Amino acid sequence: MANVEVVDQAGVTEKVEGVGVRRRDWLNIAAVSVAGVGGLTVLIPLINQMNPSADVLALASIEVDISKITPGMGIKTSWRKQPVFIRNLTPKEIAEANAVDVSSLRDPATLAERTKPGKENWLITLAVCTHLGCVPLGVTEGENRGSYGGYFCPCHGSSYDTAARIRSGPAPLNLNVPEYKFNSDTVVQIG
Amino acid sequence: MSFPWAAHYAPKSVFTQWIDERLPLPRLVYNAVGAGYPVPRNLNYFWNFGVLAGAALGLQIITGIILAMHYAANGAIAFDSVEHIMRDVNSGWLLRYAHANGASFFFIVVYMHIGRGLYYGSYKAPREMIWLLGVVIFLLMMATAFMGYVLPWGQMSFWGAQVITGFFSAIPLVGEPIREWLLGGYAPDNAALNRFFSLHYLLPFVIAGVIILHIWALHIPGSNNPTGVDVKGPQDTVPFHPYYTAKDGFGLGVFLIAFSLFVFFMPNALGHPDNYIPANPLSTPAHIVPEWYFLPFYAILKSFTVNFLWIPAKLWGVMAMFGSILLLFVLPWLDTSPVRSSNYRPLYKWFFFALIIDVLVLGWLGQAPAEEPYVRLSQFCAAYYFAHFLIILPIVSKIERPKPLPMSISASVLHGEAQESAPFGAGGVATVPARAS
Amino acid sequence: MVRIIAFLAGLVFVMALVVAMLIPRQPAVENTAHHFHVEPQEVAFASDGAFGRFDRQQLQRGFQVYKEVCAACHSLRHVAFRDLTELGFTAPEVKAIAKNWAIEVPSVNPDTGEPATRKAIPSDMFPSPYANEVAARAANNNALPPDLSLMTKAREGHAEYVHGLLTGYRKAPADLPAEARPGPGLYYNPVYANLNIAMPPPLVAEGQVSYADGTKPTVDQMAQDVSAFLIWTAEPKLENRKRTGVAVILFLLLATTLAYFAYQNIWADKKAKPLPQA
Repeated sequence: MANVEVVDQAGVTEKVEGVGVRRRDWLNIAAVSVAGVGGLTVLIPLINQMNPSADVLALASIEVDISKITPGMGIKTSWRKQPVFIRNLTPKEIAEANAVDVSSLRDPATLAERTKPGKENWLITLAVCTHLGCVPLGVTEGENRGSYGGYFCPCHGSSYDTAARIRSGPAPLNLNVPEYKFNSDTVVQIG
Repeated sequence: MSFPWAAHYAPKSVFTQWIDERLPLPRLVYNAVGAGYPVPRNLNYFWNFGVLAGAALGLQIITGIILAMHYAANGAIAFDSVEHIMRDVNSGWLLRYAHANGASFFFIVVYMHIGRGLYYGSYKAPREMIWLLGVVIFLLMMATAFMGYVLPWGQMSFWGAQVITGFFSAIPLVGEPIREWLLGGYAPDNAALNRFFSLHYLLPFVIAGVIILHIWALHIPGSNNPTGVDVKGPQDTVPFHPYYTAKDGFGLGVFLIAFSLFVFFMPNALGHPDNYIPANPLSTPAHIVPEWYFLPFYAILKSFTVNFLWIPAKLWGVMAMFGSILLLFVLPWLDTSPVRSSNYRPLYKWFFFALIIDVLVLGWLGQAPAEEPYVRLSQFCAAYYFAHFLIILPIVSKIERPKPLPMSISASVLHGEAQESAPFGAGGVATVPARAS
Repeated sequence: MVRIIAFLAGLVFVMALVVAMLIPRQPAVENTAHHFHVEPQEVAFASDGAFGRFDRQQLQRGFQVYKEVCAACHSLRHVAFRDLTELGFTAPEVKAIAKNWAIEVPSVNPDTGEPATRKAIPSDMFPSPYANEVAARAANNNALPPDLSLMTKAREGHAEYVHGLLTGYRKAPADLPAEARPGPGLYYNPVYANLNIAMPPPLVAEGQVSYADGTKPTVDQMAQDVSAFLIWTAEPKLENRKRTGVAVILFLLLATTLAYFAYQNIWADKKAKPLPQA
């Protein structure tokens, strides 16, 4: 529109010179519109370039050997450059998790929903606190596991239970369970 | 504003008025490139290249900032990071090819812009400051382009850095320490690559700053025009917007078509195959040449082959190469002719065309091997280059009898501007379209 | 004053050049390599031209030649196995190719920390056949087999040069001066810049590679196929680039035409009406 307005203004100069106004304004509008469409289209690659590149996407799945993780033990591994907890729960921890009244939870979910059938002892979660992204403690023996025996985030004091569900502190959600599958009894593929 | 009849900015809404009273930026734009800037009505297509140069700088800054998001300025991985951009980054190939060819197109339009200034005497009073700032921009561009070419860390990058920093070692006594200071070592390596990257990122913004001064200085006397005759009144001018914004929009379209042909269909035509080989400090490519836009200056450098007046050939070459650009700083005082446009300078015009051919031949000689007959030919052409500016131009200005100038721009327009303003002059040989009519 | 100084400076520069021009020169000696050099012959590739597209069958054949002939000495360090899906291989096929690749990927033994190797996976780059440059030179008579990823962009003549080089091996001509004859471990190939190359002829006999698609594996065919494959390795986004380019040019032609008429439209009243010629 700005263009058209100034065209009018130029028309004023013109009347001074005594020439009539007869202008096909649609041409100017069309030219400016097409240029605008072109400009907006150029923005697509300029914005899209910040998305993950092909080599980053290619690392989207990893295979982990879990044969050496005995009950009660856990490991921290890396998937998509994010830490992942793989924990082999003891029967006591499973019982503790199942004893909780699900409806009382901030983010209701059962242990069974958060593990694979027949593999309830394998708790695989992202090690990224759902509050602001710190790595919670507790996967290694001897670390602070908070008041619910699962994980404890040292940044702002969120406590997770043995099913990695949020029980106290500022975090809104349970630790995220990534997509994974068991390729065999000892190899799990994450992603 | 320069002319009393320039339109005045009037805010159209309460909001723009509110802005105007607090930060008169819309007013500044209006007066700079809007309807508030009266421009001679007879500008031909050679006047498009200033805006195109600005567009090219914008293109380089945008693509450059994005490439810097993916590039790694480290000798060990710089080459691989460029290949990473070409292969894995989304649209990375497009951004990199646009940036690499954008540099060439920036130089193409700036050379046209400089050539237009030379032909139409745009450097003469009262526009000397515009010209001086322009030469500063040109020097900054050359530095930026050189450092940018080093960043992919291919063979030409590495050996270009080696050779160009080698210029400084020609300086007596302090040359070698200066070279080591520039490189941060004895040969180009990580230290050099990192500082070149830092400066390559910085300098375009310095260029943008000097361009603002360049345009500011332009708005004091207003634009020159193909007749070189001063603006006499409102009948000689039209407002920049919409008349020249429309013309520049069309020019930009033509520019982008030419640019896209290179980016999409021959992206490596202006580059050199050797730069797809990773830098190897132990092996020099058989045939090293700079990018095409430096070739004329490279030919001048190479043409000094003998020691003369107790000064070694190497130092002569370096002095001549820098001198060939620095002499542009005194050009406004070498040309004393009161007539600006070469259309009315029958003698100078031929020397101007001789200079254009001379520079083109020098460019061709710049990539030729150092053997006969190329060396003698480049010595002849380099001699003409210096003679043209330093000897011929002042003499021609003295002895030439210019043709009669038109009374005014509007008088010239009424006589048929295609004849008056085309570079081939008033002889009826209007082969270059002055403006679509 | 400025003009006097400029005049003197100009005079000095011109004199330095005139003196240089007057000094007699050695006549240029004819270069043997130049005289016997042969330009590679022209080859048409499916990817040539503004509308060029890769011939995926040919790329797969070229990949086979690379895998069975070139990969023993030449790395392909900028290309990943996952990229092979662009040649028309399926993801499981790519996984199998990576797993069965003759050269394993360097890694670390997770128990001892000792250097080890493991099978390649699709996200790996093609592993180099040599641990480092010294090992490569030691195994090749002090010549370094260059990486092939960018070969068609890194040589004057591009893919035609690669094809020409692979098919350019000859017997040294009888009139070749003694100093230009191939020394031990060198082979006469007039397409190569200095005539003698350290690479033994890689493609020597028809049927050296057996193609699954029934194409007759002549030496020329194999050389063309591997050259086409190397066009792809050097510029995997080539098709994308040309396709985008056609769309961009068409759009710009439309936009520029409109801009031209808008420009004419805006200037319509300012057009000079030249006086009738007297």
